[in-house]
Amino acid sequence: MQLEAAETIRMEGTVPMDGPHEAEAVSMESPAAETAIRDVKIAARGVDVYYGQTHAIKNVSMDVGANEVTAFIGPSGCGKSTFLRAINRMNDTIDICRVTGSIKLDGSDIYDPKVDVVQLRARVGMVFQKPNPFPKSIYDNIAYGPRIHGLVSGKAETDLVVERSLRRAGLWEEVKDRLPAPGTGLSGGQQQRLCIARAIAVEPEVILMDEPCSALDPIATARIEELIDELRANYTIIIVTHSMQQAARVSQRTAFFHLGDLVEFGNTEQVFTMPAEQKTQDYITGRFG
Amino acid sequence: MRIYGIGAIGIALGLLAVLLASLISTGAASFVQTHVRFDVVIDPSMVDAEAPGEGNYRAIVRDGFEALFPEVTNRRDQRDLQRIVSSGAQYMLRDRVVAQPDLIGTTVSLKVPVSDPFDQFAKGVIPRDVPEEQRRVSDKQIVWWDALVADGRISKPFNWALFFNSDSRFPELAGLRGAIVGSLFALLVCFLISFPVGIAAAIYLEEFAPKNRFVDVIEVNINNLAAVPSVIFGLLGLAVFLNFLGMPRSAPLVGGMVLSLMTLPTIIIATRAALKAVPPSIREAALGVGASRQQAVFHHALPLAMPGILTGTIIGLAQALGETAPLLLIGMNAFITSDPGGLTDPATALPTQIFIWADSPERGFVSRTSAAILVLIGFLLVMNLLAIFLRQRFERKW
Amino acid sequence: MLLAALLLVIGLSLLAYFGSRFRAVASGRKDLHSLPSYHGLFVALWVGLPSLLIIVVWVGLQEPVIDNLLLSSLPEEEIAGKDVGQVGLLLGEIKNVSRGQIFKEPSASVQAAADRYVAWQVIADRAMIAAALAIALAAGALAAIRFRPQFRARQSVERIVTWLMVLCSVLAILTTAGIVLSLVFEALRFFARVPFWDFFFGLSWEPQIALREDQIAGAGAFGAIPVFAGTLLIAFIAMLIAGPIGLLAAIYNAEYAHPRFRAVAKPLLEILAGVPTVVYGFFAVLTVAPALREFGALLGLSVAPNSALAAGAVMGIMIIPFISSLSDDALSAVPQAMRDGSYAIGATQAETIRQVLLPAALPGIVGGFLLAISRAIGETMIVVMAAGLIATLTANPFSGVTTVTVQIVTLLIGDTEFDSPKTLAAFALGLVLFVVTLGLNVIALRIVQKYREKYE
Repeated sequence: MQLEAAETIRMEGTVPMDGPHEAEAVSMESPAAETAIRDVKIAARGVDVYYGQTHAIKNVSMDVGANEVTAFIGPSGCGKSTFLRAINRMNDTIDICRVTGSIKLDGSDIYDPKVDVVQLRARVGMVFQKPNPFPKSIYDNIAYGPRIHGLVSGKAETDLVVERSLRRAGLWEEVKDRLPAPGTGLSGGQQQRLCIARAIAVEPEVILMDEPCSALDPIATARIEELIDELRANYTIIIVTHSMQQAARVSQRTAFFHLGDLVEFGNTEQVFTMPAEQKTQDYITGRFG
Repeated sequence: MRIYGIGAIGIALGLLAVLLASLISTGAASFVQTHVRFDVVIDPSMVDAEAPGEGNYRAIVRDGFEALFPEVTNRRDQRDLQRIVSSGAQYMLRDRVVAQPDLIGTTVSLKVPVSDPFDQFAKGVIPRDVPEEQRRVSDKQIVWWDALVADGRISKPFNWALFFNSDSRFPELAGLRGAIVGSLFALLVCFLISFPVGIAAAIYLEEFAPKNRFVDVIEVNINNLAAVPSVIFGLLGLAVFLNFLGMPRSAPLVGGMVLSLMTLPTIIIATRAALKAVPPSIREAALGVGASRQQAVFHHALPLAMPGILTGTIIGLAQALGETAPLLLIGMNAFITSDPGGLTDPATALPTQIFIWADSPERGFVSRTSAAILVLIGFLLVMNLLAIFLRQRFERKW
Repeated sequence: MLLAALLLVIGLSLLAYFGSRFRAVASGRKDLHSLPSYHGLFVALWVGLPSLLIIVVWVGLQEPVIDNLLLSSLPEEEIAGKDVGQVGLLLGEIKNVSRGQIFKEPSASVQAAADRYVAWQVIADRAMIAAALAIALAAGALAAIRFRPQFRARQSVERIVTWLMVLCSVLAILTTAGIVLSLVFEALRFFARVPFWDFFFGLSWEPQIALREDQIAGAGAFGAIPVFAGTLLIAFIAMLIAGPIGLLAAIYNAEYAHPRFRAVAKPLLEILAGVPTVVYGFFAVLTVAPALREFGALLGLSVAPNSALAAGAVMGIMIIPFISSLSDDALSAVPQAMRDGSYAIGATQAETIRQVLLPAALPGIVGGFLLAISRAIGETMIVVMAAGLIATLTANPFSGVTTVTVQIVTLLIGDTEFDSPKTLAAFALGLVLFVVTLGLNVIALRIVQKYREKYE
């Protein structure tokens, strides 16, 4: 199933990594039974993240497949969010944070000094733990990104993008009559879908989601999970979650972090049914975390 | 303990009440001005229609007023009689004729302020029962005065001159217009400098500044500047702006510049607090869709912080409006009888005008000073209410 | 002229903005790195900022430069044997003549100089416009040729904006530097004339003695001890009034008051801090001083009309809110656990306040008092209006004393000649005032900060 997904649509401009590279990345963590990642979107090699004196991420290497959902799980404080934020250089905004190693998006290093971090973040969108719509109208929430990137010119084009983004986020029917209403007036689940629509509006290739359902009720959560599954067709998605059930439900691959180490990374099914590491086993069976 | 506490608060608020009460009781009288009405004949022989500004208006006013008391013929008595009318009457008449030259040759009904002693007398500040030699109004003058009152020639209309005249040697003519305009000019300069500079500095320090010694020094500096006595800023203005840069003395431009240096810390501190109150998630949201850090701040954080910034700015400007000492040192306490036409003209400001009037010996200026203070407090009240309104109306709870 | 130059720069910048923006749009490229408006802004900033700088510098320098040119163009005999002041008068006369304000028939050379002055000023104004124009065009052209679709205009604009913001932040330092430099510089000139020792330890302060210019250096006494003593006396009286009232009010507000009472009482107290000081000064003169006089007469005391008591008492009123709000903060910062602990062993509320809260909050309260003292020492208008001008060394609150700030203001009001020890003395006093208030503030802030950290 993962393979099919990976092959259905490939984003324009995606350059697959060469074969041996992939094999190396996969073989690191799992035996031959692992389903190989065909189309590598993001390749991390030897990534370390420091917060001042704290070593938050220790020598992490992994590949993220295009048009797959990859879940990061682990006990709180394990570094999964930190690693996620390293992928679109959100950590840059924190003075004391330092990242070493290489993270390649479509084969080019995102920490290259020549990279415009703003353009990077347009390619790698992000949805945050707590829904954080701008205190503006629903319409402006969506239109802001395309406007600052010059993706739209004129009202008609903007309208189109707003509608398309809201439709993809499954919010259009609910809000189409109140686009000028403030985005902060929506319910929690709607707000989070608005944030997803906002991320989609700038046509990213990758969407990072940092515990997107942790502030939502079960019904809203189910709605978002469905949405994630639909979005997989067009985007590469990485989701950080504290809920193992959620990881199992929405993702194709799962990475388990513990104390800054990437303990295990593999097919979701395999990680949850027969983990290779004792620690993973302990975590998913609830012995700690 | 509890009783003492209530007592302390009571004393403090009581003192506030005494302060306000004494100002209102002395100042209220200045909001009306005693006027006298009489007819004058604008004799073409005294005023040349070609040059209406040059006429002998003094004589016209004198003759007109003396006509009310034909029985007074003694020169000395006539002079005493003239003392009832304000010395400004001739200029008021002149301005009227200059504006309307066809009045020449006609009889005009003139309603002009009475001189200060009689204004005070009419308001009861100078009582009748003190011995004659202890008051500035003689018994004879009182007889004339009573005749004028009986004739219905004396009235006490609202004292518009307090707002629309500029300073004068004569209390009955002195007004606050020059000072108000001077204060407005100075505040305008202060705002134009401190608002953009303060916001820019605050944004840099709050959002972009790296953590290093240089930035620490700036921050400590700003906090200490906020506590430097205001008179020191006056010394700075005198030494740097006037002496070193050779800027004009007594000018609202320099006053505004000095005030802006004092207002800057207030605005910077308020802006930083307002920016800090905008939750980081808003900035993250903007960064997440690919806004640059500056875009995140200028498009999102700054507009959301604006009500707080404006509140702080208004409070800072209100402080600047009441500030006196630095303006004294740069000479904004000059005696200037016209309102400033520009930023570099000599001018006074409201608080310095209060200081000048408080120093004047004439009885009428005591009341004028209180009235000027009430006007100043009125301005401050409006500004503070505006700040409170902004805070209540736009304050956001996150 | 200045206005014309500014309008020109603004106009050119707008033109550059819309031109470059249009060019970026018209390039029709979909792969523009930055939005067209950033391309516009980039060129506009390059057009506007350097030329604006030129104009500001030019305006600052034009007058002195022309003055020097004028002086050097005058015939020798006009300047020979004149000191700085007389040369200044001569320059003033030339400028008055050039404006047509003629009080007496100008000499031929003055008239000629006035004509030159007018001519040069026209030249200078035109040159300024030309220079601004040239700079604007050159910088604008340099910026404009960098246009390429991949040009990172946004980054460039943001870099400029960042530097502008840094510049604004540095203004705070420049202000402090300006204060320190001007105070130190003038104070040094003062100490070159009046010995350091005499100033700090002399017992007689009579700066106004000199009646004729040639007497200045000789006469006049600049022993600042009586001035310092007067300042401290008035500040002490102010603290005697404000200390207990402010502290008790804070205790009531923090510990006893109903939240609704507090919500009303606190802002009302704050009003006391918002009243302009010139108002307090007038209040002291109008109400407090006469009242104290009459009261003193009742007790058989003679109270001076400008007694330290009146000034100090009114200053005390002004300071009450400082003490009450800072003490209130200090008391509120004491953790609830300490109160609970005290109540748990059966202490009453009054005992708890006296024996637990006040000692715990003491550092914060002391810090607040120090800030208030610094405020009292630096306060100017109340004492200028209500305290005396004559420096008497006394501890009698009923007599008139003078203060540092009073002396600064009275020495500098009116004509200020920058080379008499009289005016320079004001700067020496200012330096002392600055150092003392700054010291008090730094100590107070440090104490308050330490105290806060303790309970956080």
